[in-house]
Amino acid sequence: MQQPLQLPVQQPPGCGKSSLLSSSAGAAGAIPKGPVVCSTVSGNPYAGLVSHLRAAWLSGKTRPLEYRVAQLEALGRFLEEKKQDILEATALDMGKPSFEAYFTEILLCKNELNDTLNNLSHWMKDEHVDKNLVTQLDSAFVRKEPYGVVLIIAPWNYPIHLFLVPLIGAIAAGNCVVIKPSEISKNTERLVAELLTCYLDSDCFAVVTAGVEETTRLLENKFDYIFFTGSPSVGRIIMTAAAKHLTPVTLELGGKNPCYVSDTCDVQNVARRVVWGRFFNAGQTCIAPDYVLCSVEMQEKLMPALREAITEYFGSNPRESPDFARIVGDKQFQRVRALLRSGRVAIGGQTDEKERYIAPTVLADVQPSDPAMQEEIFGPILPIVVVANMDEAIDFINARPRPLAIYAFSCDSKVVNQVLERTSSGGFCGNDTLMHVMLTSLPFGGTGNSGLGKYHGKFTFDTFSHHRGCLHRNMGLEAINSPRYPPYTQQKLGLMTATFEIKRKGMCTLL
Amino acid sequence: MGRMAEVVGRARAAFSSGRSRPLEFRLQQLRNLQRMVQEKEREILAAIGADLHKCGHNAYSHEIMGVLGELALTLEKLPSWAAPRPVKKNLLTLRDEAYVNPEPLGVVLVIGAWNYPFVLVIQPLIGAIAAGNAVVVKPSEISAHTSQLIADILPQYLDPELYPVVTGGVPETTELLTQRFDHILYTGNSAVGKIVMAAAAKHLTPVTLELGGKSPCYIDTDCDLAVACRRITWGKYMNCGQTCIAPDYILCHPSIQSQVVENIKATLQEFYGEDVKKCPDYERIINKHHFKRIMGLLEGQKIAHGGETDEASCFIAPTILTDVSAESKVMEEEIFGPVLPIVSVKNVDEAIEFINRREKPLALYVFSNDKKLIKRVISETSSGGVTGNDVIMHFFLATLPFGGVGNSGMGAYHGKHSFDTFSHHRSCLIKDLKMEGTNRVRYPPSSQKKLDWAKFFILKRFNKGRVGLIMLALLGVVAALVIKNHQSVLKRKALLVVLAVQRLGWLSVC
Repeated sequence: MQQPLQLPVQQPPGCGKSSLLSSSAGAAGAIPKGPVVCSTVSGNPYAGLVSHLRAAWLSGKTRPLEYRVAQLEALGRFLEEKKQDILEATALDMGKPSFEAYFTEILLCKNELNDTLNNLSHWMKDEHVDKNLVTQLDSAFVRKEPYGVVLIIAPWNYPIHLFLVPLIGAIAAGNCVVIKPSEISKNTERLVAELLTCYLDSDCFAVVTAGVEETTRLLENKFDYIFFTGSPSVGRIIMTAAAKHLTPVTLELGGKNPCYVSDTCDVQNVARRVVWGRFFNAGQTCIAPDYVLCSVEMQEKLMPALREAITEYFGSNPRESPDFARIVGDKQFQRVRALLRSGRVAIGGQTDEKERYIAPTVLADVQPSDPAMQEEIFGPILPIVVVANMDEAIDFINARPRPLAIYAFSCDSKVVNQVLERTSSGGFCGNDTLMHVMLTSLPFGGTGNSGLGKYHGKFTFDTFSHHRGCLHRNMGLEAINSPRYPPYTQQKLGLMTATFEIKRKGMCTLL
Repeated sequence: MGRMAEVVGRARAAFSSGRSRPLEFRLQQLRNLQRMVQEKEREILAAIGADLHKCGHNAYSHEIMGVLGELALTLEKLPSWAAPRPVKKNLLTLRDEAYVNPEPLGVVLVIGAWNYPFVLVIQPLIGAIAAGNAVVVKPSEISAHTSQLIADILPQYLDPELYPVVTGGVPETTELLTQRFDHILYTGNSAVGKIVMAAAAKHLTPVTLELGGKSPCYIDTDCDLAVACRRITWGKYMNCGQTCIAPDYILCHPSIQSQVVENIKATLQEFYGEDVKKCPDYERIINKHHFKRIMGLLEGQKIAHGGETDEASCFIAPTILTDVSAESKVMEEEIFGPVLPIVSVKNVDEAIEFINRREKPLALYVFSNDKKLIKRVISETSSGGVTGNDVIMHFFLATLPFGGVGNSGMGAYHGKHSFDTFSHHRSCLIKDLKMEGTNRVRYPPSSQKKLDWAKFFILKRFNKGRVGLIMLALLGVVAALVIKNHQSVLKRKALLVVLAVQRLGWLSVC
């Protein structure tokens, strides 16, 4: 099944050439040592690309620490040298304010990069484990191994961050990677396709630009891991496609993140933190507080505080503020605008179709049956749903699919703990919004409908590694093994039990 | 409503009531399970014996011992496993509580296999209970006696609503898989594994798939052949070869092939005596279907030893095949029987290449006196797990994660890995509603000053020295304290002081 293939054509650095590889001609590699996927005429337009990467993978190129560090450092240079291009592209895509773009697309990514570079050699080491009696003289460890060729599919809302942070972990773990940025954030997609591969080894890392149909074809190939960030409905499609090849997946999905505000709280601070979290990136954030649950009295107290915070951040006309983003596309704009028909508009509500501008909006007295409560808002609208008390809030949350994040605000730590303990979500932040994902030592991921798997920091490295249990035994001391061999006797069984079994500490055998 | 929907619905209602969550409840159920295994030991051994023609000793050491060990470990460690796990904080979160909270997933489904019919449902069940879940247990219908026994005795010891047992074959399992679970652990073959994962995808249910494959066993010329062959014989022919991590085939240099055969023959004699069929320590093939399948693999092969069969009792003698071709049928599928092919390779490079051309196996074995060679084989191949200079044994160390990779599966369990598999690891950050001063850097309107502050608080430096770290921490604490104590009046001055320090070049800004 192995075809004779030509040697690869190396792309010189600084090429600026598009690396779109959607034809079956693809690039060739050295004679592979593993299963070769042949591209067929009818078939698989990406087979050539995947097989090229697989050949590079099998050559062992991506495994040495030095190689991984070099590629990661190149990513760092990409972020540094193309900073301006990234800020411009994201501004074009969704009017992303440069402060936000710098913060999420450059700063947080650099953070992950440095965390990984600082710790990679330590993470790569074999993890020795505790041994039992029978293995006392052996070497027992967990080896972290790359999976092979992995696929990262990113969404449009944080278009650099949401492929780059997984990519850091995938490279750190020693894999080859196919990156598929979102076609909806067109400018960033073009930037990534044209520039990224000039920094990375094109034998091992490829960018594929693809819409829905082409992505479906891409998914027909066998990958060794798929990392997807996007909506739950597409998450199901990805996992179904992965099941055909028994490919493990991480799905970072979404949902409606509730934000409970108790009656005992510092209203000003709550308002500031909620407004920041809700209207960041014009609400297009998977962990944004989606809706507020509070009592009718708190709703009344909150409203002026929310209004004050919005004015403080964006001025009296947010449309003129350089710090407020726009909706990414016309389809999304229409969808979000339709949600305004919920409750009553207490703050904001203005829209401009040409600019895809929706003002920072707060809706009061929203009913569970209103449009804004039927789907993840993903826009600059904050509905307030009135509940009688904390118990009702908790029941409300638990009656719905598990969200990516839950927020609870209270001066009373007992209240915060109650909400935490009686609900389930990907992550939880008490008395603030969004902040729990900025700590790289906390795993970031969903549960139930909001996703499966986790990443950030070392968790990304672990996600893209196979944890292989290894036991390296002594060839000698065969006598120790004899109790396990037939013919079986009661005496042998006693010996086996003594050496294999784990006894509970403190259990008196005389009892 | 179908029967499955009813059972799962009841389990979900029971889980939602919250009673499976308290630590004491979980420990109590696990203790009950322990009692069950001890009190019903005879019945369990008899059921396994009836299914696999397995003698009591084997059944005890293969299945009961593992379960009791896992129970003891879990009962001891559960309180520490279930406790919140604090994480390292950064400058910005120094005053906050940051931890990972292990939480139950909800309703878990455990689908067992027939080859070790007791341990392969009970061991996952232990982890799932420990993590606070409700668990639907579906033992394999092919090992009918054990399946029925589990259905009978489990409800006598465990909460029957939280931990129901569902029996049945393919139609019942298919119906069960249409229900929504919060995790599915399946042990079996890759073909069905794909079906399970596709069903799980509809509900975005995470899965652990313990599948199989052909576990290779490389014997180096530099090795104590007698010892190696004894260990291999033990692992290969236990349970009549029906073990997911049995050494499936041997790779060795042609010059040692006949020695290997002689050694295995001698060991077989030692283990099972002259007449294997009469030996009570040797099992049988599970059923006629698998008997015929394995018989088919022998066609056209050179039988160096064994080959005797008896369809009526599903007996296949321990068999060795030599000079096996890589393209033959016996080298295509997982054998899962007492047939051991030996494939010739010239050296370890060829062996590694041979292994890498195939799907990633569940286990990999390498025998050599040369430690470097063993390390090399491990580094240049991939598999679920490895044992060097022995077989099977990595399964028995609960601190090692047990699972496959690629076609041999995904996810892992055993010991704490079971607990972690069946838990949701929820990130929790609890902040103060006060201390609003430090938050101002992130709020609009934006400014260069705010950006510099953000970098100071958040950005990790590459190659920062330890002294720099301490300085950073001290500065952060000072800044926090200053801001707290002089919030409304002096905070601007404090920020300026720190910025000045920064400008002095103590800290390099990327």
